[in-house]
Amino acid sequence: MRFAYNRRYYADPLSGAPALEVCDLTVAHPGARHPVLHGVSLTLQTGTRVALVGPNGSGKSTLLKAIAGLLRPQQGTIRIYGLPVGGCHHRVAYLPQRSEIDWRFPINVRRLVLAGRYVHLGWLRWPGKADWQRVDAALERLGLEALAERQIGALSGGQQQRALLARALVQEADLLLLDEPLTGVDAETRATIATVLDDLKQRGKTSLIATHHLDRLADEYDDIIALEDGRRRAFTNDHVLVHAGG
Amino acid sequence: MMEIEGFDLLDWLLEPLRFSFMRTGLMAAILVGIICAALGAYVVLRRMAFIGDALAHTVLPGLVVAYLNRWNLFGGAITAGIVTALGIGWVSRRGQIREDTAIGVIFTAMFALGILLMSTVRSFRDFTHMLFGNILGVSRADLTLIAIIGAGVITTLALLHKELELTSYDHIHAQTIGINADRLRFTLLILLAFTVVTSIQVVGVILTSALLVTPAAAASLITNNLPRMMLVAALIAVFSAVAGLYVSFYTNVASGAAIVLTCTACFGIAWAMSVIRHQVMR
Repeated sequence: MRFAYNRRYYADPLSGAPALEVCDLTVAHPGARHPVLHGVSLTLQTGTRVALVGPNGSGKSTLLKAIAGLLRPQQGTIRIYGLPVGGCHHRVAYLPQRSEIDWRFPINVRRLVLAGRYVHLGWLRWPGKADWQRVDAALERLGLEALAERQIGALSGGQQQRALLARALVQEADLLLLDEPLTGVDAETRATIATVLDDLKQRGKTSLIATHHLDRLADEYDDIIALEDGRRRAFTNDHVLVHAGG
Repeated sequence: MMEIEGFDLLDWLLEPLRFSFMRTGLMAAILVGIICAALGAYVVLRRMAFIGDALAHTVLPGLVVAYLNRWNLFGGAITAGIVTALGIGWVSRRGQIREDTAIGVIFTAMFALGILLMSTVRSFRDFTHMLFGNILGVSRADLTLIAIIGAGVITTLALLHKELELTSYDHIHAQTIGINADRLRFTLLILLAFTVVTSIQVVGVILTSALLVTPAAAASLITNNLPRMMLVAALIAVFSAVAGLYVSFYTNVASGAAIVLTCTACFGIAWAMSVIRHQVMR
């Protein structure tokens, strides 16, 4: 017996649909009058890695949140593997900016990563041995096995980011939305995250990564989506020159 | 065993238990301590201390109305508590007025209404029990009801543990996987209403939030694991309930206040220990 958090848990993806299709999306924050995003459209083919760039306040986080189902669009559609938002929660993993989590909460790293399994468990079911094995495998992959029993607030910023990525891995999502995963992290974390993202791509997973790290964009990403003032802009090399310096 | 001339510890411990009202009171205090401490962990971690205090106070008019009409006091209190919990949930959803402001307005108004109703009656005597608790007046039926409510609260906390825990530290992840965080918050408020009602007999309306907050706050200084925090908080609350009641029995002071101050002393010790530990670690 399984009580999924969302009744549409079992919806099958439409065959041949792109991983993500956003069409004419307009989003405002609740209570705000002016939209943050204006008519944004984009398509991510399955198995691609795409960078989302733009200055602060350009709407990168808002776009990711709308795709993750955290903000309701005023206008436009979002299709994930051909299904509307919420049609396949387990297939979408969203890595928030670190500041959105209460790191003082009394849980350890292992338990934080375990939360990636919850979508598959649903209400009333406890994680089993297989779930914990996946957690330990993910911790090892991200070099966190020695820190597994630490309270989450005792980690460095980079380690916290790796723990969040480990949680997305155990969720076994197909579409990963990462909000600034490389901001303010150490070189070791950056290297580990890059390896994991390479690996995910090889296994046919799709990722959309909001980033400020614009150097070497061309060889790391299949596509680059640039936002400015909530609208999509053609990406030019100017972006690299302007932002890489700052 | 401690043997001072003319003093026998065993006798000292057993003496109060010869009275049936003390046995019932002690059982009630222990049960209430456990319930409050377990739920109190969430009250502390989710920064709901103010709501807990408000819920306890808003129960007063329900108690008074039930008393004046000779209805069941628990029934009156739980109705008022749930109405307030729903009201707070409703107000905080709209987001036009800040939640703590709304609570401040509603809770003082309800408390004032309770006092107003109280002042229509000549004798205030029974109402001081509502304000400060009357643990020695707990009946067998009350005890049964406290046990049932306690079992319900603890079972709900256990069944929803992983979801309550997740929404407490990362409601965004909870929402992306389809958990309705608002509904869970609502559930917590309802549990809080039930818990507050059980503790009113023990420490009264005014001191209830101490049982919710103080043991859990002390436990949060001792452990970094949520289930363990609930357990430590429950141990502190049970110890405080027993110790407070004995002090009250032998020195003839108000039992609710004695229990709360014992909790506070435990918190003081936990706090001092954590300060020393941090000094040593540095």
